[in-house]
Amino acid sequence: MKVVLENLTKQFLSRQKKGEIVTAVNNFNFEIPDGQLIGLLGPSGCGKSTTLNLISGLETPTTGKIYFGDEDVTNLPPEERGVGLVFQNYALYPHLTVEENIIFPLQNLKGAQKMTKEAMHQKAVETAKLVQIDGLMERKPKELSGGQQQRVAIARALVKIPKVLLLDEPLSNLDARLRLQTREELRRIQRETGVTTIFVTHDQEEAMSISDLIIVMKDGVVHQIGKPQEVYDEPVNLFVAQFLGTPQINVFEGEIRDGKVWIGEEAVLDAQGREDRKVWVGIRPEGFIPDENGPFTCRMDRVEVMGRDVSVVSTHDKMTGKSIRSIVSAENKFRPDQTEVRFSLKPYKVFLFDRESEERV
Amino acid sequence: MIEKKNARVSRGLIYLFLIIWAFIVLFPFYWMVLTSVKDTAAYNNEKIPEFITTAPTGENYVKAFTEVSLGRYFINTLIFTIVTTGLMMLVIVPAAFAFARLEFKGKGLLFALFLSLMMIPNELVIITNYVTIVNWGFQKGDLTYLGLILPSVTSVFYIYLLKENFEAIPDELYNAAKVDGTSDLKYLLKVMVPISQPTIVTIVILKVIECWNSYVWPRLITKEAKYFLVSNGIQAIRESGFGRQDIPAMMAAVVVVSVPLIVLFLVFRDKIMAGVSRGGTKG
Amino acid sequence: MKQKNNLKAWLYLLPAILFLGVFMVYPLVDVCFYSLEENYHSISQTYTGVGLGNFGHVLSDPFFIQALKNTLILVVITVPVSTGISLLIALGLSSVKALKKAFQTIYFLPYVTNTLAVGLVFMILFARTEYTDGLINALIQAMGYEMVDFINGPYWAKMLVTCLYTVWIVMPFKILILTSALASVNQDYYKAAKVDGASSGRIFRKITLPMISPTVFYLIITGFIGAFKAYSDEVALFGVNLNEAGMNTIVGYVYDMLYSDKGGYPGYAAAAALLLFAIVFTITYINLRFSKNKVQYM
Repeated sequence: MKVVLENLTKQFLSRQKKGEIVTAVNNFNFEIPDGQLIGLLGPSGCGKSTTLNLISGLETPTTGKIYFGDEDVTNLPPEERGVGLVFQNYALYPHLTVEENIIFPLQNLKGAQKMTKEAMHQKAVETAKLVQIDGLMERKPKELSGGQQQRVAIARALVKIPKVLLLDEPLSNLDARLRLQTREELRRIQRETGVTTIFVTHDQEEAMSISDLIIVMKDGVVHQIGKPQEVYDEPVNLFVAQFLGTPQINVFEGEIRDGKVWIGEEAVLDAQGREDRKVWVGIRPEGFIPDENGPFTCRMDRVEVMGRDVSVVSTHDKMTGKSIRSIVSAENKFRPDQTEVRFSLKPYKVFLFDRESEERV
Repeated sequence: MIEKKNARVSRGLIYLFLIIWAFIVLFPFYWMVLTSVKDTAAYNNEKIPEFITTAPTGENYVKAFTEVSLGRYFINTLIFTIVTTGLMMLVIVPAAFAFARLEFKGKGLLFALFLSLMMIPNELVIITNYVTIVNWGFQKGDLTYLGLILPSVTSVFYIYLLKENFEAIPDELYNAAKVDGTSDLKYLLKVMVPISQPTIVTIVILKVIECWNSYVWPRLITKEAKYFLVSNGIQAIRESGFGRQDIPAMMAAVVVVSVPLIVLFLVFRDKIMAGVSRGGTKG
Repeated sequence: MKQKNNLKAWLYLLPAILFLGVFMVYPLVDVCFYSLEENYHSISQTYTGVGLGNFGHVLSDPFFIQALKNTLILVVITVPVSTGISLLIALGLSSVKALKKAFQTIYFLPYVTNTLAVGLVFMILFARTEYTDGLINALIQAMGYEMVDFINGPYWAKMLVTCLYTVWIVMPFKILILTSALASVNQDYYKAAKVDGASSGRIFRKITLPMISPTVFYLIITGFIGAFKAYSDEVALFGVNLNEAGMNTIVGYVYDMLYSDKGGYPGYAAAAALLLFAIVFTITYINLRFSKNKVQYM
């Protein structure tokens, strides 16, 4: 089932300041293709969860429309939309067993959809098997680990075979090791069921690693939609470039002058045919090549060993962060007394953004 | 060494003090049981009361149920307690749900109004309530039950207590149920009520205690002895029952009236004490 | 959708609103009218005029003055005594481990007993009749003092037994609340004070008491309110005709004005009830004002 958002806007009255209007979602237009896993990515408070609530029907938009397939669901209540929702803290009913939790949505079915007890049990077991918790059916939520609770929540969301599965920060309550494991699992379950799945996260690594498509948003505005690698390689603006990638992209004050990119007094790259202007120069950590004759000179601070690679920490007068991090092959040798390091740059790892608008040039 | 000895002495004194108070609390109970098993004739011959009895008898308990209608008072109180408590739950659960979960116009104002009602003493409203019940004819015949029950049903405090409890249930649970197509009523009954069960049990117990001990309102409303509750019954026994001087039979009645609540307390000790410390007061 | 939700919420609230409206809000307004309607006759439902006549009558009624006096004595004696003893007991409880739970259970028993029923036990303990001296008098005699009938005897004796019974009845609630207040004081304060070498008396005055002062204050306020409403304890000890016994209370006076077979005097009852409310309200207000300077950590 594809999901289409059309001019979607949601405004609230501010809780802190009376009378002030907060726009949590500002004029969204995008289409989510059928059967894909979509990561909705952004810093906290950017309107991700509101977007999710709008799609699920828990909140109604101020203006705009939502379509599931060709059907306009904007004014449908959540129960008639056929969505499955997994909450950040799972929201399992504490007084019900795992099986009762999974069956709960089925008991609400009415009319022709109504199921017998036997059929509901069958269905619950089937779904539990899919998420591999079929051995825990009689337990209460508090007797389960975080990861197991997560699976129960997913099973409960999937049992009605939703048109769209929505997950709100599904991995944030798990510890680091479990998080890696669970995100693989999420990918597998999504592949097996083929349900269009949207999950919200503030963790860019998580979003990039399993999504077919990521949507980067900030302050209620969508900044970029695309395949994870495309968004990483071709960020449309400074925010997206900074938000994706660890370590973060290095940003310098620079300018385009005489067909060259200047940082300080050094011309670091060719920029033939571009008009002169002040810019932000973003260089991904992997865009640096140590080169004795390179055009870009930084003050050496230290070298952090990471095994296969080393991370060179240096500083520069025109940098905007606290230091410059570059990831280079461990085969490069550095002397302990070295006070200066020179790089040449990979042009496709360098992005230029307008100083004012911060848009990519 | 001296320090240690001092500590031991003061600990001993503390225990002595605690034991004395325990004795003061328990003694009336002991005395009522003791007197209730004394032979009436023997009791009346004790110019100075005896601390023990060598020949306990159960005949006073037989008298308590035969010579006055203690059984009848018991059943009345049971009906009154069960119906009042049941009705109260039917009234306060939806009200607490509406305040905790639903959004509607005027909610803040209405809730403030409810809260301010908590400060109104019963004595102030009982006058009009009496007149209301009399005008409705609810102190005549079997309608007396209605007259007893209706004004005793609502308690603003319990609505407040339950609302606080309902509000502590995370919003996500409600949203999850909404997405699954659960109606508000089903959510209330299948999720909120079971989760709040400890509080609900506490409220029920406190209300049962209140009903069982209520005296003032029943005394106003019950004209005929056959509708007395145990408190009125005891009072009637005091004034006129058993030929006034049959103290052992009177004590047997007192034991019978006291036992149910004490048993209830011993069973639900922790719940009752927790409930009372969260805001119950006497009466 | 919004409209539907509004309707639904009011539907859920309807039973509560109906009950509260009929049995609380309406009576509250009504009682004020009653108090102002002079010479109200409950059979014919007529009255002769509007004014403060009911209040005048009540305030000049010797039975009301007696009830007011009794109630005030009761309040002034039982509130400090019961709060003080409760504090001592709670302190004792919090410093022992063995048997603590058993003590707590025993101390709570009076809360769950029928006031009328146990009042009878107190009555037979303290009464001195022609058949028996009663236990208390036997003890008094054994100690070499003169016996006295606490139930039908002199005023001071009757007041004494009333106070004793009232204290016995109100203690459980106070002990429970104070014990949990003491338990919630952070133990680190005590450890710190011990390390600093403070004596236990000093620890109590400088740490424990200030930390639990809001609770003590709460108990004093509720104690005042409760004691002003004294009634059924007196009925248990002295029977329903409290005026005859000279032991009536304000609440008792209100009910007496209502009960009468002639249809009662709701005007007087209403006036007396409003006077009671005014007294309680004023005292609570003074308490609150006074406490602002005294109580810490409100």
